[in-house]
Amino acid sequence: MKKLLLAATALALTAGMGTAQAIRMGTEGAYPPYNFINEAGEVAGFERELGDELCRRAELECTWVKNDWDSIIPNLVSSNYDTIMAAMSINEERKAVIGFTQDYLPPAPSSYVALQDGVDLEGGVIAVQTGTVQASHIAETGATMLEFPNIDQVFAAVRNGEADAGFGDHEVMRPFVEESNDLVFVGEQVNLDEGIGVGVRQSDTELREKLDTAITAMKEDGSLNALIKKHFGDDAQTYE
Amino acid sequence: MFSFCSDPSVLDGLAWLSCYLTTGTHMLFYASFGVVLLLLAITAPIALLFGYGGAMASRSRIAPLRWFGKVYTSMVRGVPDIVFFLFVPIALDQGLEWLRHQALCDSDAPVRQGNDFVVCAAAKLPLSTSPEWVHDIYAMTLAVIAFSVVFGAFAANVLYGAMQAVPRAQLETAEAYGMTPRQVSRRILVPQMWTYALPGLSNLWMILIKATPLLFLLGIEDIVYWARELGGAKTSSFAYPHPDWRLYYFLAVLVFYLLMTWVSERVLDRVIRRLSAGQATMAGEAQRKAGAL
Repeated sequence: MKKLLLAATALALTAGMGTAQAIRMGTEGAYPPYNFINEAGEVAGFERELGDELCRRAELECTWVKNDWDSIIPNLVSSNYDTIMAAMSINEERKAVIGFTQDYLPPAPSSYVALQDGVDLEGGVIAVQTGTVQASHIAETGATMLEFPNIDQVFAAVRNGEADAGFGDHEVMRPFVEESNDLVFVGEQVNLDEGIGVGVRQSDTELREKLDTAITAMKEDGSLNALIKKHFGDDAQTYE
Repeated sequence: MFSFCSDPSVLDGLAWLSCYLTTGTHMLFYASFGVVLLLLAITAPIALLFGYGGAMASRSRIAPLRWFGKVYTSMVRGVPDIVFFLFVPIALDQGLEWLRHQALCDSDAPVRQGNDFVVCAAAKLPLSTSPEWVHDIYAMTLAVIAFSVVFGAFAANVLYGAMQAVPRAQLETAEAYGMTPRQVSRRILVPQMWTYALPGLSNLWMILIKATPLLFLLGIEDIVYWARELGGAKTSSFAYPHPDWRLYYFLAVLVFYLLMTWVSERVLDRVIRRLSAGQATMAGEAQRKAGAL
């Protein structure tokens, strides 16, 4: 009996370890080309490919988990998954709650979209996705802010006249604007963030170090730049 | 799905549509209808059981049990559903993980570290190594419990009222025949209370059907999630680009919910008619007269 108990405890203790550490990667899945759900129902996009490569280099066994943007940070700190790779910009406000690896994308510009030129960006109604760096920026300008749970509804609000303009990540908005015949970019681009990094729990220093090492290696051998160009075009900002 | 779907960009018209409607994501959308029906099929009986327990507890002669029944029905009914749906699964999940942490982990690191809620790998529920379907079933179970607790409280009040509505004379007659309290309750009270409880329970059933989109709050991909996800404008990052089609997807969801209510109305009408037969109520009396003529 005692032996059996010992064996059972040993099994229970080692079961979690396996060969490689199992990591669950949280993402929004509604932010192309960073991350989206493809036709097969799987997470795809730049961050999927990058994340899989980081896991391979850091010898982690990764599975992808979809989570709404609204609750993506609370669910990380309560350990429903272990990382966030969802185009999350590194900023002071978030650093107070979670930890970040070094950036895997250089600071990206944010842009305004509208139905025509000449809308009032300083005093008009601007639609943004809630909880983004763009939302924090609009809150500091004189404009009236309208918040939506995802980027899709930001465009819908601009199209049906609810908002004068939408404000969001340039790379996300670009394909929507280029492929539509009504939306245009207006005003100046704004640089808001310190780049995009992998979000991890503050207590999870070991995982952060592993991912940091893998990102550094990918920056050094140029494979990260190649991946950025593949997903964001040849004009995209890359690392030196 | 079909062999001609390998390159969607060259397709158009009906061929494009037939490929589009059979993509993996659409299959998940169709499957989510099953998820909603499954949730209803599991939750309704469990909620009814909770309700029955709550009603029996509220009627109990043992004071603490009665207090428990009263507190359960009035407290849960007084809290907004959405608060409960957010609270119950998180509290259950963290509570279970904390218990497992105490039992299975040999480290004495605290569970709360700053902002983080961290248990050791062996105490995770489900384990990080578990396949995705285990996570899905776990989330679904938490959802069923949250729904059952909330709707059980409402059902408890309905059943409590229905039990009070059974004529006292019926119960007294049974007692006069020498039946024990247990027999009175099983043979006289419960069979007769249904006719009084059904209108209230049918209300609850309808509200339960309409409450299923709250599933998405719990991280379960239900039909409303997929309608929003699939209907949103798709750029050329996707194999099947299209403009904002949410209107059509939500229309389909709307039709589904209306169909569900229509079918439920039919079934519940029939059940009410059957249960009224032979009852000393107006409906039962009307049936008796119609049969006698």
